[in-house]
Amino acid sequence: MLVLTCPYCGITAEETEFKPGGEAHLKRFGPGSSDADYESYMFNRKNPRGVHFERWRHAYGCGKWFLAARDTVTLEVFGTYRAQTTTPPADLVATIAQKRPDWEGV
Amino acid sequence: MSDLATSALPGAEFSGFVQVREAGLHGMITLRGDLASGTLAAALHNATGCALPAQRKVTRAEGFALAWMSPDEVLILCPYAQAPALVATLAQALAGEFATVANVSDARAVFTLSGPGWRDALAKLCPVDFGAMAEGDIRRTRAAQVAAAIWVSGPQEVHLVCFRSVAGYMFDLLSTAAAPGSEPGLYA
Amino acid sequence: MSYRLAQGGRLINRAAPQTFRFNGKSFTGFAGDTLAAGLLANGQMLVGRSFKYHRPRGIVASGAEEPNALVGLGSGNSFEPNQRATTTELFEGLVAESQNHWPSLDFDLLAVNNLVPQFLTAGFYYKTFLQPRAFWKHVYEPIIRRSAGLGKAPAPEARDPNRYEQIYAFCDLLVIGGGIAGLQAALSAAQAGARVVLWEQTAHWGGRAPVDGVEIDGAPAQNWIETTLAKLAALPNVQLRLRCMGAGVHDHGYVLGYERVTDHAPDLDAPRHRLWRMRARRIITATGAIERPLSFAGNDLPGVMLASAMRDYLVNYAIAPGREVVVVTNNDDAYRSAIALRKAGIGVPAVIDARAHATGPLPEAARALGIRVLTGKGIRKVKGRKCVTGVEVCRIDSKGTAYTDTFSCDAVAMSGGWSPVVHLWSHCGGKLLWDDRGHFFRPDPSRPPLGADGAGFVQVCGAANGDLGAVLEGAHGAGQKAVSAPLTPAPAQEKLESEAPMEPVWIMPRRAEYDLRTKMWLDFQNDVKVADVQLAAREGYHSVEHTKRYTTLGMATDQGKLSNINGLAVLSDALGQPIPATGTTTFRPPYTPISLGAIGAEARGATFQPLRKTPLMDWHAAHGADWEPVGQWRRPYTYLRPGEKRHDAVNREVRNARENVALLDASTLGKLLVRGPDAGKFLDMLYTNMMSSLKPGACRYGLMCTENGFLMDDGVVARLDEQSFLVHTTSGGADHVHGWMEDWLQCEWWDWKVHVVNLTEQFAQIAVVGPKARVLLERLGGMDLGAQALPFMGWREGKIGGFDARVFRISFSGELSFEIAIPASQARAFWDRLMAEGADMGIMPYGTEALHILRAEKGFIMIGDETDGTVIPQDLGLNWAISKKKDDFLGKRGMERSAMQNPLRWQLVGLETVDGSVLPHGALAVKAGLNANKQAITEGRVTSSYFSATLGRGIALGLVERGPARMGEVLSFAGEGKTRITARIVDPVFYDKDGAKQNV
Repeated sequence: MLVLTCPYCGITAEETEFKPGGEAHLKRFGPGSSDADYESYMFNRKNPRGVHFERWRHAYGCGKWFLAARDTVTLEVFGTYRAQTTTPPADLVATIAQKRPDWEGV
Repeated sequence: MSDLATSALPGAEFSGFVQVREAGLHGMITLRGDLASGTLAAALHNATGCALPAQRKVTRAEGFALAWMSPDEVLILCPYAQAPALVATLAQALAGEFATVANVSDARAVFTLSGPGWRDALAKLCPVDFGAMAEGDIRRTRAAQVAAAIWVSGPQEVHLVCFRSVAGYMFDLLSTAAAPGSEPGLYA
Repeated sequence: MSYRLAQGGRLINRAAPQTFRFNGKSFTGFAGDTLAAGLLANGQMLVGRSFKYHRPRGIVASGAEEPNALVGLGSGNSFEPNQRATTTELFEGLVAESQNHWPSLDFDLLAVNNLVPQFLTAGFYYKTFLQPRAFWKHVYEPIIRRSAGLGKAPAPEARDPNRYEQIYAFCDLLVIGGGIAGLQAALSAAQAGARVVLWEQTAHWGGRAPVDGVEIDGAPAQNWIETTLAKLAALPNVQLRLRCMGAGVHDHGYVLGYERVTDHAPDLDAPRHRLWRMRARRIITATGAIERPLSFAGNDLPGVMLASAMRDYLVNYAIAPGREVVVVTNNDDAYRSAIALRKAGIGVPAVIDARAHATGPLPEAARALGIRVLTGKGIRKVKGRKCVTGVEVCRIDSKGTAYTDTFSCDAVAMSGGWSPVVHLWSHCGGKLLWDDRGHFFRPDPSRPPLGADGAGFVQVCGAANGDLGAVLEGAHGAGQKAVSAPLTPAPAQEKLESEAPMEPVWIMPRRAEYDLRTKMWLDFQNDVKVADVQLAAREGYHSVEHTKRYTTLGMATDQGKLSNINGLAVLSDALGQPIPATGTTTFRPPYTPISLGAIGAEARGATFQPLRKTPLMDWHAAHGADWEPVGQWRRPYTYLRPGEKRHDAVNREVRNARENVALLDASTLGKLLVRGPDAGKFLDMLYTNMMSSLKPGACRYGLMCTENGFLMDDGVVARLDEQSFLVHTTSGGADHVHGWMEDWLQCEWWDWKVHVVNLTEQFAQIAVVGPKARVLLERLGGMDLGAQALPFMGWREGKIGGFDARVFRISFSGELSFEIAIPASQARAFWDRLMAEGADMGIMPYGTEALHILRAEKGFIMIGDETDGTVIPQDLGLNWAISKKKDDFLGKRGMERSAMQNPLRWQLVGLETVDGSVLPHGALAVKAGLNANKQAITEGRVTSSYFSATLGRGIALGLVERGPARMGEVLSFAGEGKTRITARIVDPVFYDKDGAKQNV
């Protein structure tokens, strides 16, 4: 069972206090979008062995959504950050690139 | 007709290795807004006498307390009967702000746990390191299967706030956790 | 036969005799005994029957690894099967019974399985019982049922009276295992200031060291153990816990600890088991090692024990395993047992050593005591049926066709070397190395389990690390390293006799013929023999995981603690490859079984799950509520009057609501305050219809869809003021919709100025329904509720009868209806007042079933009945609630997909049976003919179906292919079996089609 740190309230807590929300940084495609774009938004999800960005909500705490960068194999958590962004913070990306030289990047 | 108002479990009490008591009606107001706003801090201070609490802290003044709930939310604790007027006062003071004030007094139940063993009792229900919590701290967490906020309100006392509908479940949980003979000897 | 010696026994208190019962017979043991020790002290060597062959079995080990001595413990409500006698502490009044025998332990009819062992060879599940077919029902199944299962379940009506609990804890370092290595590691870390927790699964600190005669700093180990414990106890940052087993190591330093609080003292008023949910920054496992059996014919007879276990029983409990004990070994350690037995006055006719030479200090010491040592030899077979009567010895490298020596004896001590307990290291991904010296797997420190920070979080010390000699120095270093303390020299040194290397012997004798191999047990609990594993290899089972499942090796409750390495070795030999190439099976938690009570903990009885109560629940309970679960709420389905049938009660409530005045507790409805300058814009995105155009004081019904376009929730939105909306959700939907709103606000439109506050529980909601509703409320007075002041789909705030009320003129019944939100703490008083004022009018409450019937009569949909996550609003004839003016709302793109435009979609209609009966809920409409797969072709289904008291007939709502275009058509619905029920497609609004009654 994972341990994650909520970037809003600074609490490091176990997984049962959080609610998972799937892949992070999805771009919404609404009315007028192509079938392919809509399909990718609704249904197509990455399932990497390794670095993954994902959504979590501090459901039993402050109620805020945040994002986490995690290795799906080793379960190493590279970092968590606030959800109000479309891309991971540059320093986190640098940390991951250093720890996982083979990583293809964001 | 607030004179007919009753809390969720009036008078419920349990004596175990800590004392569990339903604390009756408490005034509670949710305030959402920009906690960095000087107007907001001033309005709160004027209305309650309390300073704005730091992250996961509770500040107190006579009859009032302010609890940090999230980066854009504080919970105001006040005498039950004063909540509606306080909501009106704050709403007026914050009229120009992007802020929301709502009376949630009736949506909650409050329990007090007193005695040196409170950490040992709550450790059975919450995935929290209570050794790291001191007086004036608040932690929102999970007690078994429901949400709870735990405020260390005294040297040997905590207030636990949960939703009113699960007051019975919470009281049963706390009574079970505090049952005589089940002292785990973890913190106390 | 085993017996108690007159002197000795470091763990027993001879002044405190304890009476216990085994299979109805009364025995006496001492305080400090385990049940196994108590049985052996009374000469009870036969303790059970084996699983498949019902062979007589005795105690083989002295700890958690015991495969045979499983008993049913306690009686009645407290009965528990499969408890290990070796880890059960004796107490006054203990009651135990043996397992797997029929009819009795001494005389077992199913031991016939033993005479036809080919009946139950490897893969017997897959091979046997196939032919002849008729045998299955009358022969095989009854036999299997009689013999299957380990132990028996408690009686169905039994209810465990014990308490159980869980507890969350945190530490810098968790040390698992309280032997001398664990003690040293804990002390070295704690003295550096770390928060340290030390768990020991038994009732004693120090592990094997006192039994093995270890000396530390020139004194017996016990002195050092006591000094170290005193030092640990004096440190405020240390927690010591006996009878607490590290059950499993999980991700990110999460460890489950199984504390048996009162198993040894059932009269204590305390929880029986406590499950520790520990979160440790670092973990050291100091879990020791387990001795391996040797595989020789008859190695499962009662009286054949592990050499170390015999030493444990002798030193700890003053038990002699017999009068004459033959020791058989491939290593020097077993000589310690021979020496200890001889010194206690027990006969040791011989040590049979498989090695060519035995010349170290331990063998020499044995010889000096007059013990005969035979080298290069092995046991050909053990003689005896229910107990050992002697052994035949042969050359180790022979086929064992003939014996070279025989010895009379009544017990055999065997030692096949040691295996480190690597379970906890392995649970979370720690990898193993094959150790060529000790011939075992040990942890590979370069491949530890990884934690949240990407670093290894488990270290191992002591015998668990494969250190079978001195351990204190390594443990000291591990403790300091785990808490990043500066390394210092080890403070203590232990002294042990040096040992010559062991020599692996996987089968004894090495070239044993088939007859012998069919009597060499690998897995005692599951009755797997050397011949079974060899057969599996011949049949093509090369993967160790496959062989395990095919033969059931290591799949019993002991999870192969004794059999694992021996089984792997036999398989490797059969496959002609080295053991590391075969690998090992997966180690899974828990280390030994833990109780279901501990897993459930407080989640039983009243606290099994949260029961959410509205402020009116007590009133309902006192007035005949017949409950229905709605999410975690419980709502009255109907209110039963004395002697009344449920159906009659529901009809009475429906008629009363239509004709008179009725109350509904609607408090469970979700109530969300959505507020801010962008609140209107936000709700326009969430709802399919336009909400920003709503005027303060007015209400509007709205639909929420997922991004797929499927209907998710519905309800009435009231605009409170320019910036504030009150959103009502379905009873089950409040938390979900609240979370949904927060998700969009936080993660997509974070620059929009909108707050959401969940006010669901702030207000009770009471619906006052029926033609006389207004009359009743006017009696209470305080607010103008006339049609002008408060029109249909309007809301007002004020006082009613002195209560703070917000009144919504909305109707889910089709009747004149006022839904009144009252602060939760005033709700009961308000309800009481309504009931009192309405008494002379015949007011009565109604439950959820009447609610459903009333809405179905009006053709109102219910989320979860008419919707199932694949239904779009258009399917339900709700096009009027989908805005054409909005460029975007959640679900709009999804609805544009071609499948959503398909004219053949099933759509909402009313259904009336031709004979007036009630259609079965969920019934499918069936077309004539069959599809290509010879299945019936369906063209619709019933989504809601009720008896309408108002109309005096069955009514239903359903989704039917092109339904609205087929009004009047008669469909055929599948009933039970082959019956068909015919029903006509009608308008879904059955009652008051133009809505006159609600708008008065």
